[in-house]
Amino acid sequence: MWQFFHKLGSPKWFYGIATRFMPWLLVAGLMLLLAGLVWGLAFAPKDYLQGNSYRIIFIHVPTAFLAQSMYIMMAAAGVVTLVWRMKLADVFVKAVAPVGLVFTFLSLFTGAVWGKPTWGTWWIWDARLTSMLILLFLYGGVIALDRAINDEKSAARAVAVLVLVGVVNIPIIKYSVEWWNTLHQPATLKLTEEPSMPTEMLVPLLLSIAGLYLLFGWLACLRMKTEILVREQRTRWVKDMIMAGGR
Amino acid sequence: MNAKVDAVLKPVETGVGPVQAMIAVFSRDVRVAFRQRQDLLNPLLFFVMVVTLFPLGVSPEVEFLRQSGAGILWVAALLSVLLSLDHLFRHDFDDGTLEQLVLQPQPLFLLVLAKTLAHWMLTGLPLVLLTPILGIMVHLEGNSIAILCLTLLIGTPVLSLIGAIGAALTLGLRSAGVLLSLLIIPLYIPVLIFGTGTVAAASEGAPVAGYLALMGAFLVLALTLAPFASAAALRISMSNS
Amino acid sequence: MAFDSFSAFLAMEGHGPYVWTCYAVFVVFVAGMMFWSARRNRAVIEGCKRRFEQQQGTSGQDVRQKASATFTRVEVSQD
Repeated sequence: MWQFFHKLGSPKWFYGIATRFMPWLLVAGLMLLLAGLVWGLAFAPKDYLQGNSYRIIFIHVPTAFLAQSMYIMMAAAGVVTLVWRMKLADVFVKAVAPVGLVFTFLSLFTGAVWGKPTWGTWWIWDARLTSMLILLFLYGGVIALDRAINDEKSAARAVAVLVLVGVVNIPIIKYSVEWWNTLHQPATLKLTEEPSMPTEMLVPLLLSIAGLYLLFGWLACLRMKTEILVREQRTRWVKDMIMAGGR
Repeated sequence: MNAKVDAVLKPVETGVGPVQAMIAVFSRDVRVAFRQRQDLLNPLLFFVMVVTLFPLGVSPEVEFLRQSGAGILWVAALLSVLLSLDHLFRHDFDDGTLEQLVLQPQPLFLLVLAKTLAHWMLTGLPLVLLTPILGIMVHLEGNSIAILCLTLLIGTPVLSLIGAIGAALTLGLRSAGVLLSLLIIPLYIPVLIFGTGTVAAASEGAPVAGYLALMGAFLVLALTLAPFASAAALRISMSNS
Repeated sequence: MAFDSFSAFLAMEGHGPYVWTCYAVFVVFVAGMMFWSARRNRAVIEGCKRRFEQQQGTSGQDVRQKASATFTRVEVSQD
């Protein structure tokens, strides 16, 4: 177990593993995502309440789901950075934060566009939309702090502290936004009622979530590899690998 | 002979316990602040000015002001605390005091807590004291003003405690002020929501004890967790420079 | 198939613009992110490669010290 842990901390080992798995991640991710989206767009039945506009769910929910779980993953990596000072954890946080920002933006954007035909307005201060907006701010803060600190090590540790403070706050923010929402607008329209979702809609949704997850895995590996190269460019193994024509 | 060996082997006994050290840091910060009175006044002036902007910029009507007065005062208080946070560690960082503080044998989080409390007493508390006057100017009712003061009294320490984390993280960076607000404003949202929500509930005649208890819970949570995060962030920033 | 014809599929009973805007933005952003990440990866690899080759060039056969300054004859017209 500990040996595995140490191996995982080694950028060189990760680089090799990532290179081996990336094509599979890419192919499987694209196929699942494509299947989910085509199924959702063309074959899933129309929602009797919202009509065809509900088809946005097949990208809205996966992006929102990923944006939230990526922050949790970053927090876990932050703990690893602070406790074990594992290099790979810093690399993960740095590589993934911009992806999280983009996914959060996408879920907000699709939510707003979905809101127009459903609620008749682009933006509603709905509890979920608002807490996603705050998540966007949190991602922005993480990226800004990372860019502002020149020293790599202290940037990683400062960002880890910030992400952890954020992750403690996320439940509080979510709860308070929900409370505020009920205070200001009683009986809000809920964006999705998942439990009552029929299988014909649920299966493509799960497919596209899985596809986007794998695609995110590919993206994370690629970006982590880039970051590892930048950090380790003076080491022997990078030189040997690149001169041998490795990717 | 024995005494000599003891003197060498034992660490220097300063005889200063953690609580004494906290008191020392606190009183030092207060004394230093009173030598630079302008720095104390600036956040308060800012608070009054931001509140003044709302009747001028939105509407001077009594109805509007009564409805949104609590929110305006809360946002203004939040912004002026944010503005003053840059000073929390900056001077000590520039003249090297902070380095000494980090090297003290007493736990750093306690010293940071003392500094944060001093910061609250010098910015948050004056804001609370100023609130009744501004509350009257935005036509809040007496009961609402009392509740507003109470929420600010509980809420501003939370703002200082969370803000200290951001101030410690951005210490010594270029454009630290803007960065600090970027990092901290999202974390302030729950306090703001409950602060203004309590006043709104009070003006509708609903019981507010539960809301105040929740804000108290925020305060306890911030008191117990934030100093650790600030201390960790301070150590990181100090090793950076 | 939930639609009768391709034009019905595009129109989505009036909701087409919303749905297709969302999917277009999604595809643009995700594909863009993948493209830029791959491009940066390529650029970093190329940069490393160039540097390593340069290092090998200087440490390999070409060990002669380079002159600290060289003089080149420049034709200057005197009139």
